[in-house]
Amino acid sequence: MTDTRTNGGSQVETTVLGADEIILNMGPQHPSTHGVLRVKLKLDGERVVDSECIIGYLHRGVEKIAEHRSYQQFAPYVDRMDYCAAVSNGLGYCEAVEKLLGAEAPPRARVVRTILTELQRIASHLIWLGTHALDIGALTPVFYAFREREEILKIFEKYCGARLTTHAFRIGGLQYETYDGFEEEVKRFCDDFAAKVDEYETLLTENRIWVGRTKGVGILNTEDAIALGVTGPVLRASGMKWDLRKATPYAAYDQYDFEIPTRPTGDTYDRYLVRMEEMRQSRRICLQAVANIPTGPIMAKVGKVLKPPPGEVYHAIEAPKGELGYYIVSDGTTQPYRVRVRPPSFINLQAFNKMARGALVADVVAIIGTIDIVLGEVDR
Amino acid sequence: MTHLIPPAILPYILPVVYGAVIVAILPLLAGYIVLLERKIMADMQVRLGPMRVGPHGLLQPLADALKLLLKEDIVPRHADRFMFFVAPILSVTMALIAYAAMPFGPAFQVADLNVGLLFIFAVGSLGIYGIVLGGWASNSHYSLIGALRSAAQLVSYETAAALGIVSALLLAGSLSMKEIVRAQFDQGVWFIFVVPVGFFIYLVGSIAETNRAPFDLPEAESELVAGYMTEYSGFRWALYFLSEYANMVIAAGIATTLFLGGWLRPFPGNHQHLFGTPVELLDALPALLFVAVGLYCFSLTPRQPVQIQKIVMAAVGGACLVLAAVMAVVLFPPFDVARDGVHGAFWFLAKVTAYLYTFLWIRFTFPRYRFDQLMRLGWRFLIPLGLINVIVVGVSIVVQQNWEWKHPVVSAVVTTAIMFGVALWLTEEGVKPEPAAQPADGE
Amino acid sequence: MLDKILFAFFAVLAVGSAIMMITRRNIVHGAVYLITTLLATAGIFLSLQAEFLFVVQIILYVGGIMVLFVFVIMLVNLDVAVRLVQFNRQGLLAGVLALVLAVQIFFALWIGRSGLPHPAARMMPLKNTEAVGDALFQHYMLPFEIASVLLLVAMIGAVVMAKRRV
Repeated sequence: MTDTRTNGGSQVETTVLGADEIILNMGPQHPSTHGVLRVKLKLDGERVVDSECIIGYLHRGVEKIAEHRSYQQFAPYVDRMDYCAAVSNGLGYCEAVEKLLGAEAPPRARVVRTILTELQRIASHLIWLGTHALDIGALTPVFYAFREREEILKIFEKYCGARLTTHAFRIGGLQYETYDGFEEEVKRFCDDFAAKVDEYETLLTENRIWVGRTKGVGILNTEDAIALGVTGPVLRASGMKWDLRKATPYAAYDQYDFEIPTRPTGDTYDRYLVRMEEMRQSRRICLQAVANIPTGPIMAKVGKVLKPPPGEVYHAIEAPKGELGYYIVSDGTTQPYRVRVRPPSFINLQAFNKMARGALVADVVAIIGTIDIVLGEVDR
Repeated sequence: MTHLIPPAILPYILPVVYGAVIVAILPLLAGYIVLLERKIMADMQVRLGPMRVGPHGLLQPLADALKLLLKEDIVPRHADRFMFFVAPILSVTMALIAYAAMPFGPAFQVADLNVGLLFIFAVGSLGIYGIVLGGWASNSHYSLIGALRSAAQLVSYETAAALGIVSALLLAGSLSMKEIVRAQFDQGVWFIFVVPVGFFIYLVGSIAETNRAPFDLPEAESELVAGYMTEYSGFRWALYFLSEYANMVIAAGIATTLFLGGWLRPFPGNHQHLFGTPVELLDALPALLFVAVGLYCFSLTPRQPVQIQKIVMAAVGGACLVLAAVMAVVLFPPFDVARDGVHGAFWFLAKVTAYLYTFLWIRFTFPRYRFDQLMRLGWRFLIPLGLINVIVVGVSIVVQQNWEWKHPVVSAVVTTAIMFGVALWLTEEGVKPEPAAQPADGE
Repeated sequence: MLDKILFAFFAVLAVGSAIMMITRRNIVHGAVYLITTLLATAGIFLSLQAEFLFVVQIILYVGGIMVLFVFVIMLVNLDVAVRLVQFNRQGLLAGVLALVLAVQIFFALWIGRSGLPHPAARMMPLKNTEAVGDALFQHYMLPFEIASVLLLVAMIGAVVMAKRRV
């Protein structure tokens, strides 16, 4: 099987396998692979017989860099992994280091962290919604989704000065106090948002074409999902009710009341429904949290120079895309010995082959979109 | 004046003039339809659309045309040069020829053929070759597959659209475009109200005929198969694009003529007069419409942020008022002769615009069909529905004629109700998409 | 006068395209010339005031049957990008036979030339569409129905054969 390095675009390789089989190369530059992902498909006519994802085009050596930065210096780097949900990355990292230090963020910081993380979950799901719908051909939902995301990003910008790579949290708590009007703005956003989610649903959920393009496409059953280590909405749509916010609560999630949406079949339509419902539940958490932010300090006493005692910790949070885990090994110095990130998109992408087998070529794009990957996280 | 022209040429002068006008205006019109589409798309997507090139983006089509003309002309190596050259030209020529049979008004028609409607369909099926030869001439495997798919789609939906048309033809009794409109005038009702299911079938069929969303898989950017237009750049691509929009206007023209009353105003039989004046109430509508739009433009003028936009908005308002004056003036005696022509052209263009708006609206609302779902929809839903529709409408007409049924409204309602039932049955029956991916067994 | 010019134009086009069709190396070019031959024939129909035949020739023959031809040509030629080199060792014999046939046809037409109706003298009582419809559905109803049953059988056969492959 010849391996051609390509500059992009679709190319037919010259090796022909079997009667009708060809190998089709998608990417790394392609409008629908959501980043620099290269997918090699072995096709029998229209059906995908086998597939291979070739990653690494966005590898920046983040984990190696971590070994040469102090713990606080590394915090901005984690935002750049899943750049669509930077706040969650920061939350996971800060909580992992806090665990290593044996410190705990004060209650006020935990609640504000929860609010910002849930807003970030909504923003990340809005990007997913817009781009996934765009890949399937619905030109309009992406603009509506980004309109709402704009409101969230404005809140982030007012809070910490950045919209995308926010570095919102610090190890031990928060650096910035919430600004005047933070609660009102979050509450206003949440109040408006319910109607907007209904608007997206009217465009897509009952639409015959949408259902036809997503129902039965990319089925992943429960055993396969668990065996592959898939987490997040993909796992929940395959029938397994597992969410780290309920299973191993962190930040302030144990104080709030919310549902874990689950669907039985594990096709693209189910994943769509799960994420739509998750947006609603995130809004519910935000409303509960913002109604009652405790007063008090925002930063725990961790000192300026962080030297965690030697040891290791694995701390995982429920990022919008799945279980985001940080495995940090400390050797007692100011720089970590090893930081290993368990990116949800990387693990979830391994389910792609299973989902794509037997699918038509036109469905491959839908399947990539429904896993919701971010290449920054897959490659680090 | 007419004695100066040799009698052999006289009957050909007016059609040639009309033809020249159409061919001259059409590219510009198609360009502005593209701009309209972008503006409407932007409006539905909560944004503004082209605003920079000219006030409110009004010069955008000219900029695009200029850019396309100046682009490098790339011909793929090993491509069939002659076919590569001819294919886009074929598409455009066929699209333009179809305008010969299109009645823009009671007098404005290049040629009133006995078989005008079939002529347009014939020319439309010739347009398919522009796509097929274009895909083949590109010497690219995926362009060819995209072209063949597109052609298969066009051929299938042409059948469906024709079946929708036939149900209206049963009512009209003639294939000549002028006769069809006259039949609607004689029966006093637009055919859409008598055979709405036929209109619906034609609507879906014409969207697929013109390769518009949700049936635009062969030319979508995010799909793997690149589509027949990939290797065409610059002006060749512009020709394909032009042919697509020209085909859209043709489809709108056919729908308008057959289902929406052509150049007739709403309620053509209603002669209620306006406050005791000799002017008919409904004839005053165009003038009133333009006055309303003109006043709206004037009301928007102060709110424009930039000076040039203010000027252009005021100019547009002024133009609307001028048009309103023209519409009103032709109602009165010395200019009466032009009334049918001017008002006919107005109503025709208004209906075509409404139909095109529906095209655009549908494009921005729905996702795209996958190719097998598209073919399934055409063959297993639209064509059976069209066939049964023809049968039911035919039976209804025979019943009406033989039993001297005096209640055409009731028969229209009953026919439509029967067709709704059939459509629901067909939907439940055959259109459920089969699961695209079988879960891998024993992996 | 005009009809003579039109006939000459269409006739030259038809015969010329036919000659081009059989002499092209590239099979797709041959198909395109067949299309122009059929279009020229349709033009002759139109000049004989048979407008229904004109449009139906284009819709069915050119827009349906030739599309099928072109599809098959392109699908079969897909991975074989080489233009097949046609070989023809029977040119002489074919030429002689064609000449003999042409002489026979010309002779037959010459003998019977007084019996052919003059085109300008024909006045159609009904428009062409009505005339064709009348003939098909009244006088020739049975052959029409038999032909449609034949077509249905062919369609079903094609679907069954293709389905087995999928």
